[in-house]
Amino acid sequence: MGPETVINSLRQQITSCESQLQDLKRQLAEAEYQSQQQRSNLQSEQSEHCAPYPLAYDFSHGVHDDFRAEILAALSQPEESIPSPKRWPLDPNEYKRYGRQLIMPEIGLQGQLRLKGASVLIVGVGGLGCPAAAYLVGAGVGTVGLVDGDTVEESNLHRQILHSAARVNMPKVESAMIALHSLNPNVDMVPHHGRLTPETAVSTFQPYDLVLDCTDTPASRYLVSDTCVLLGKPLVSASALRTDGQLMVLNYPPRPPGDTAGGPCYRCVFPKPPPPESVVSCGDGGILGPVVGTMGVLQALETIKILTRGPSALSDGLASPDPPSLLIFSAYANPMFRTIRLRTRKPKCAVCSTHATITPEVLNSGSLDYVQFCGTINPIDVLSSNERISAENYAKIRLDVNPFTGLEPSKDSHILLDVREKVQFEICSLEGSVNIPFSTISSTPADDCKGTATETGLESGWVSELRQHTDKPIFVVCRLGNDSQITVKKMKELGLDNGGQRWIGDIRGGLRAWRHNVDRDFPDY
Amino acid sequence: MSEAKNDGTIAITVEFSGGLEMLFSNERKLSLTIPGKDENGAKTNIAFLVRHLCNTVMKDPRKELFVLDDTVRPGILVLINDADWELEGEDKYEIEEGDNILFVSTLHGG
Ligand SMILES: [Zn+2]
Repeated sequence: MGPETVINSLRQQITSCESQLQDLKRQLAEAEYQSQQQRSNLQSEQSEHCAPYPLAYDFSHGVHDDFRAEILAALSQPEESIPSPKRWPLDPNEYKRYGRQLIMPEIGLQGQLRLKGASVLIVGVGGLGCPAAAYLVGAGVGTVGLVDGDTVEESNLHRQILHSAARVNMPKVESAMIALHSLNPNVDMVPHHGRLTPETAVSTFQPYDLVLDCTDTPASRYLVSDTCVLLGKPLVSASALRTDGQLMVLNYPPRPPGDTAGGPCYRCVFPKPPPPESVVSCGDGGILGPVVGTMGVLQALETIKILTRGPSALSDGLASPDPPSLLIFSAYANPMFRTIRLRTRKPKCAVCSTHATITPEVLNSGSLDYVQFCGTINPIDVLSSNERISAENYAKIRLDVNPFTGLEPSKDSHILLDVREKVQFEICSLEGSVNIPFSTISSTPADDCKGTATETGLESGWVSELRQHTDKPIFVVCRLGNDSQITVKKMKELGLDNGGQRWIGDIRGGLRAWRHNVDRDFPDY
Repeated sequence: MSEAKNDGTIAITVEFSGGLEMLFSNERKLSLTIPGKDENGAKTNIAFLVRHLCNTVMKDPRKELFVLDDTVRPGILVLINDADWELEGEDKYEIEEGDNILFVSTLHGG
C-alpha cells in the first residue's frame, strides 16, 4: 500500500467513526430526555400511591368498615377534585423556584400568577430565541411556543445557548425543548416545526398572548409583524449583526387596525423593505455571541415587563406604556446603549391604519409573497465561461504545466488574488496568494480606467501595483465565488487586462470549491 | 446657539450605525461644518445634508447603499437629536447649529 492509500483509508475510517459517534451522542441525548420524563411521571404517580401507607397498620387491625370505606373513597379521589379550595395560589416548589423575583415589587405574587397564566410564542430559536426562551421559561411563563424549521449546526453553538454539540443536526425546536425542559419542567412547551408561512401564521399565533420576533430575514419580520397587528398581539422584536443590536416593542398597546392609540408596527417604521443587496446575514457579516445574546435577553425582559403589567394594560391601554422607542446597542461604541423616540402609527400604514390592505383573509389565502416583496439576489453570474476556471483545473496549474502559458508550474507564473476581507485571509489562505479585500476593491472609483487617475498619480495603490506585472495572468478567489466575479469585472473596467492581452478570471465556487474538490483539510469556517 | 456662524456655516455631528459606517471609511462619528444655506439660498435641511454627504463626504462609490431616489434608501432610519425624523418633518427639517443627526441601517440577523 502506498502512503496515499493509507491516508485515504485512515480518512475514511475517521469519517465513519465520527458519524457513528455523532449518532450515539444523539441517541444518548434522546434517551436521557425520555428517562427524565419517565422519572417525573413516576414521581407524580408514586406521590399519589404512597399516601395510604401510613394508615396501613390501622386498616389491617380492625378499623370500622364504614369509616374505612369513607377514607378509601377520599384517598382514591385525584387531588384536584377534592372540593376544598387550594390553600396557596402557587405550588410549593414555585415559591422556592421563583422566590428571588417574587419578592420584588415589580413582580410580586400578582406578577408571578400573570406570568404563569401567560402564553408566549418565540419565532426563531437561534441567537435571539435561545436566550429569550431560557429567561422566559426560567421566569415561569406558563406556556412557551417555539417556531423554527432549521436544524442545529456546529456554527450555531457559539451563540445559540440552548443547543449542544451532542444535538448537532437535531431540529432546533426539539433541541431547545430538551434544554428548556431540564431548566424548568413546570412550563408547557409547544413545538411548531417548520418555517412560518403566511398560510400558517394566523393559526400559529392565535393561542398566544405575545410574540417575540427572533427571526433573521426581512421577509419573516414583515410577516410576524403583520400577523401580530391582525390578531392584536404585542410584538417584541430584536435583531443583531456583528457588534450591533436593535430592539423595538411594536403594536403595543395592541389596538385594532385604524385605532391611532395603538403602537406602531414594523411597517410603520419601515414601510418599504431594504434593497436585498444591503441585507447582510450573520453568516456573511459575522456575529458576536454576547451581542445577539444581549438582545435576546432584553427581549425576555421587555416581555416580562409587559406580561406582569396585567391584562388591563394589554387590552385597554389605559396604563399606557412607554412611548414607542428603538433601543440601539453598539458593543464597541461609548455609550453602548442609546434610545431613540419613534413615530406613532403611520396614517397610511398597509396593515395597522384605516387604509390597511392586508387583512387576515389576504394573509390566509397565501396570496402575499413576502419573499418577493423583500426581493432576492439572483446568484451572481457576470462572467463568461472563458473567464472562469474550476478549482480542480486551478490546482493543476499549481502542480502541472500552465495551459495558458505552457510554462512549468511555478508560484511566480501567475498572480493569485484573494479578495476576502483581511481578517478572513489571516484565518487561512492558499500559499502564495496576495490579499486585496473586496471592500477596498468596491470602494475604488471605477473611472480610473480613463487613465486620468494613473497620470495624476491618484490611482489606488492596489491598481497600480497590479498594473506593473502585465505578463502574469490573474486568478481571483474569494470565499464562495461571488465577490471574485465582481472583482474580475471591475479589474477589466480598470483596464488591468491590457485590452484583453492579459488573462484575468475567477476560481469558480471560491475556496469552498477548493476545499470540496482539491484540499479537504482547508479550514471550513 | 441656533444661529449660523458669521461665515454662514453650521457645525453639526453626524453619526452612522448598523453597518452604514462602512460606507463612510469606518467612521462612526463625524464632526462636520456645512453651509447654512443650500444652493437656492434656503436654510439647510436634511435633504441638503443627505446630498452633501453623498457628494462630498462619502468616498465609497456604492451610493445606492445610502441613497435611492434622492432620499435615504429604505431600511435607513434618520434620527434628529435622538428622535425619529418623522417627528421632526422628515427631510424638510431645517438643521440647527449643534444638531446630532444619526443614520441607522436596520439589522435583520438573529
Ligand atoms: Zn403599521
